[in-house]
Amino acid sequence: MSLVTVVAGSRAHRALRWGTIAAGTAVALAVPFNSSPSLNGDLTLVLCYAVAAAGLGMLVGYAGQVSLGHGAFFAVGAYTAAALLAKTDLHWLLALPAAAAVTFALGLAFGIPALRLRGIYLALVTLALAVAAGPVLKRAEPVTGGVSGLSVPQPPVPGWLAVDADQWLYLLSLAVTGVMLLIAVNLTRGSLGRSLLAIRDGERAARTAGIDVARVKTLLFATAGAYAGVGGALFAFALGFVAPESFTLLLSFTLLSAVVVGGLGTVAGAVLGALFVVFVPQYAGEVDQALTGIIYGGALIAVVYLLPGGAAGLLRRLRRRLIDVVEPTPQRGDNDAVPTSDTAPVGGQPAAGGVRP
Amino acid sequence: MERFLQVVVDGIADGSVYAALALALVLIFRSTGVVNFAQGEMAMFATFVAWALADSGVPLVLALLGALAFAFAAGMLVERVLIRPVEGGNPLNLVIVTLGLFIVVNAAAGWIWGFTLKDFPQIFPGGVAEVGGVSLSVESLGIIGVLLAVVLVLWALFTHTGIGLAMRAAAQSPASARLVGVPVGRMLMLGWGLAALLGALAGVLVAPRLFLDTNLMAGVLVYSFAGAALGGFDSPLGAVIGSWIIGITEGLAGTYVDAIGSDLKVLVPLTIIVGVLLLRPSGLFGSPEVTRA
Amino acid sequence: MSLLEIEGLTASYGPVRALHGVDLTVGAGQVVALLGPNGAGKTTTLRAVCGMVRTTGTIRFAGRDLAGTAPEKVARLGIGHVPEGRGTFGSLTVAENLRLGAYGRKDAAAVRSDTDEWYSTFPRLAERRDQQAGSLSGGEQQMLAIARALLGRPSLLLLDEPSLGLAPLVVREVFAVLGRVRAERGTGMVLVEQNAALALELADTAYVLEAGRTVLSGPAAEIRTEESVRRAYLGY
Repeated sequence: MSLVTVVAGSRAHRALRWGTIAAGTAVALAVPFNSSPSLNGDLTLVLCYAVAAAGLGMLVGYAGQVSLGHGAFFAVGAYTAAALLAKTDLHWLLALPAAAAVTFALGLAFGIPALRLRGIYLALVTLALAVAAGPVLKRAEPVTGGVSGLSVPQPPVPGWLAVDADQWLYLLSLAVTGVMLLIAVNLTRGSLGRSLLAIRDGERAARTAGIDVARVKTLLFATAGAYAGVGGALFAFALGFVAPESFTLLLSFTLLSAVVVGGLGTVAGAVLGALFVVFVPQYAGEVDQALTGIIYGGALIAVVYLLPGGAAGLLRRLRRRLIDVVEPTPQRGDNDAVPTSDTAPVGGQPAAGGVRP
Repeated sequence: MERFLQVVVDGIADGSVYAALALALVLIFRSTGVVNFAQGEMAMFATFVAWALADSGVPLVLALLGALAFAFAAGMLVERVLIRPVEGGNPLNLVIVTLGLFIVVNAAAGWIWGFTLKDFPQIFPGGVAEVGGVSLSVESLGIIGVLLAVVLVLWALFTHTGIGLAMRAAAQSPASARLVGVPVGRMLMLGWGLAALLGALAGVLVAPRLFLDTNLMAGVLVYSFAGAALGGFDSPLGAVIGSWIIGITEGLAGTYVDAIGSDLKVLVPLTIIVGVLLLRPSGLFGSPEVTRA
Repeated sequence: MSLLEIEGLTASYGPVRALHGVDLTVGAGQVVALLGPNGAGKTTTLRAVCGMVRTTGTIRFAGRDLAGTAPEKVARLGIGHVPEGRGTFGSLTVAENLRLGAYGRKDAAAVRSDTDEWYSTFPRLAERRDQQAGSLSGGEQQMLAIARALLGRPSLLLLDEPSLGLAPLVVREVFAVLGRVRAERGTGMVLVEQNAALALELADTAYVLEAGRTVLSGPAAEIRTEESVRRAYLGY
């Protein structure tokens, strides 16, 4: 659904990047006023996951480190916000930086020793973190409410804004997500971004160039943790309730799936991936409740085969193809090919890609 | 003292179940360079096959053998159809394919057999046996015996048969193996089949101790990861010893440390592996160059 | 009929073309030296014969077209390959490496006597038969790689820089064995060597590659004695 709107925007504004962003923002702002409260709730969830996926995407995409424990950071962020709101009079706006700070610190504490490990072993240690999160949350009852969880007073709709609660929560999450994604873009373009690119291209060379690889990686790990923490805090706002069963191992898998499906290390990919992990299981469930997992898992595998570069990569190729259409002297063959790809983008993909190794 | 020995033996039995699945993980890791996250779910599915066969009146022994044969064939099929196309590419793609498979297999089992708990028939007789004046559970001793037999068979297969040697060669250096005429693709298929068989064995051994449902192997998988990581991910012997250490400490901590209890038991092995990996980043028996994700 | 006939061979690694037209013929029991500077395409030619790179042109082995044949099948047709870097299995023992050399063979008794023969040819391998191959010296690994390839009883042996990194004494030993193998078994060989003088002593025919093309071929004895050719193409 969002695929179509974004593409329409880019067609209308041709290659103008800002036009695309403006249209996307406009659509994102208009959506809650043209949909149902339950759909708004789902879209808010998409935003929570998108923030977490953006951080994880930087970690996987630039440092090449697979973290299976991002669900734990998400949980810690959610519980930090929930506990602060439930047990203190802190303003909800301050709960967000608090969640970010706690998860960033946790990321540092964990990242400094863990980053000595490589590949599989790092993945396993982060997996341990994800597995441990559930039982620890249940046990730390005075803070977390144990098995029964915590009710969170949701941020109230400000008096000057005439919107419903679901719309408000969506808009609030949208604003926070927008800020976090902007920060992510700036991070990856600034000096940190250059260091990250150098590390991705080769650690040894980066080290020779004077980059403190261990420090950059640890900071990136902590930053990715903080992104998950903010996503978790938004999640607590959106649901108004946190309980251990929301933060199982599956959540960590879901976040990693969002990153891969969306496309590594791109902001658009984080949003698209989050849309995938929220809506595909849901639509699959509407087709046949029992088949939800089969369709979801099958779609995940299909994306790996059919969409190298993830949804963001597909979008890029699609946009390129659309721009080809408006070239002054189109070839006859091109004209024939384009309508099919336009009406059936996914079906046209395997033929165009042919990228199977 | 008797209680202590009982806890240790039960711990080794639990550890032996983890070891069977850990061996499966190690087998695939050595040949494909990837951790198969779906290993536990594939094992759970095969365990359901055994249950369904037994439930429909097939004698238990035949039902178990049938499930193992099913797992072997399914494992080979998974390698050929799902893994081969993404092999040698970005390891992250392989990780995601196995995560997708995890979800698909779990859902498929629920779709076919439902989500209610099933009683899996006992494989070993109940009760206890007197060993050196200590009463030990027959089931625990049986599980340990099966695992030891499996280790022996695997050892013989890999060191004393041509096909085992070819599998090791294909895992170590696919290009060189091809040059001496080893069909590497077929060896990989065999490895996945064998791993699935080992996983299924873990499934049918643990199912009578728990109830059978679609979440049967989720916990076992985590412990098996811990065991494999502790031993070093490329060492089969390490995987067995690591899994035993995990099983024993889990049992001891759950029994003797009151604050831990059954809910935090899972933290004990996790703390151990994190600690060991930080001191010895390639596990107790692993080789240092193993770094692939 | 020639053992190996290569005509108009091209090969590419992805988009990069490494061979532009190699022609080469090996008669039965003949030793062919494949010479030329680094990057001329010598290794790629050997890899092409074994189906390890994408090729066009014809490669015929004992009258059979090898196009599109997988490396493991090529090996079983009777082509042994001692690759660049030797390709021994470092974590397997010497004895296991040798057993793998006979992988396709069903004649267990003959394999055993062949293995014993190789142990007596290279006594140092016999002493170290239960050691991991990775712990051997470079020369011992080269002997192991050659013995392993010949245990498959190939009619054609491809050797990629067998003298590389070896002490002169060891090089002489290895080449003496290769000469004996040719004389006793009539095994054809394609020998890629940086050390052209050494290769030309053993070879019957020589081919010189430059930038992925055959630029010169002729009897080894002639090339060895023709000083202008040596200067122009072989740099010695």
